Amino acid sequence: MTPKRKQRLILVLFVVFGAAIAVALTVYALSQNINLFFSPQQIANGEAPVGTRIRAGGMVVDGSVKRDPNSLKIEFAITDYLQTVIVNYEGILPDLFREGQGIVAQGEMDQNGVFQAVEVLAKHDEKYMPPEVQDALDKTGYDQEGNKQ
Amino acid sequence: MKTAKQPVLPKWFYQLASPKWCYQITGTLLPFFATLAIALLVTGFVWALLFAPQDYQQGNSFRIIYIHVPSAILAQSIYITMALSGAIGIIWKIKVADMVAYTCAPIGASMAFLALITGAIWGKPTWGSWWVWDARLTSMLILLFLYFGIMALYSAMEKPETAARSTAILSLVGLVNIPIIKYSVDWWNTLHQPATFTLTEKPAMPIEMWLPLLVMVVGFYCFFATAMIVRLRNEILTREKRTAWVKKLVTEIDR
Repeated sequence: MTPKRKQRLILVLFVVFGAAIAVALTVYALSQNINLFFSPQQIANGEAPVGTRIRAGGMVVDGSVKRDPNSLKIEFAITDYLQTVIVNYEGILPDLFREGQGIVAQGEMDQNGVFQAVEVLAKHDEKYMPPEVQDALDKTGYDQEGNKQ
Repeated sequence: MKTAKQPVLPKWFYQLASPKWCYQITGTLLPFFATLAIALLVTGFVWALLFAPQDYQQGNSFRIIYIHVPSAILAQSIYITMALSGAIGIIWKIKVADMVAYTCAPIGASMAFLALITGAIWGKPTWGSWWVWDARLTSMLILLFLYFGIMALYSAMEKPETAARSTAILSLVGLVNIPIIKYSVDWWNTLHQPATFTLTEKPAMPIEMWLPLLVMVVGFYCFFATAMIVRLRNEILTREKRTAWVKKLVTEIDR
């Protein structure tokens, strides 16, 4: 490589690594704000502000969903298997909402420690399979990783 | 002591650097990639839409993965191609590398656009929202804007050499976004799920679902190669229009 080319190669590397370091530091400084949601554990620890709009994410607890028969009101609990938060919501739920499903709810914590949601989003996982496979797994009582349920 | 200068790179690299050579080589490669792209995309589409099984939770709406994932992968691969050829153009002053970077931008932008649109269409029924400002979606939107910025910068400059140099620098700066897109789902809490399909691990879906996806991904790569070659050959002819071989080529076609 000629000295001139070497110089230009150094310039290119300098640009790439300079930009990478700058962005890495920014992202590191903002790392809390980039998270889309707070986990129930963070809310229980008081990391989530009370009375301002936040998002809470977790798994819907089995058997916790209570629907009001006369309206669209619904109450359920979300958990990260360490802490549990009760969520109140009124409105239409996404197709994937069900017990055991991961969800992200937007809203705020009230004084009683209940999360008042204005929007509920279902969080899909990266696993896909045909319905027959799920039926077969249900029969044997194993999940997709082969763990006994 | 002075020694004879040894070429650092293989011979074909220097041959590709000659516009005339590049035009000839890509001319022989073009039918190969075009045929492969059509064959793979048609097979992939039919297989994905008619024969692949439904998903146990999402039913048929998961089939959008067969467009969404290949276009998202391509948007990032094309960006890397563009930035690397821009770097080669800066370091070795190779005109063909500048042209490759130039031809990549619009193709990559359309792939990023396609990935965002299909994601939004899938997100509405599945998540319950068209758009969420989570790290994966936002970094992908930044990628689209980077493509737009690079295209705008190209058209704002008059001299191709200065345009190539400045856009190469911009695309190298933007290269930092690629690992952010890839790892955003692992580094932060996002609504977007982690990758189903990685090179290092067993896919989180059965073979009858991921095999058509693999066909589609390879088909998309072949489509990119075809589109890039067509644009590149066009670009070579336009920029080299004053050279003897282009004049000869054009007059031969006329007759």
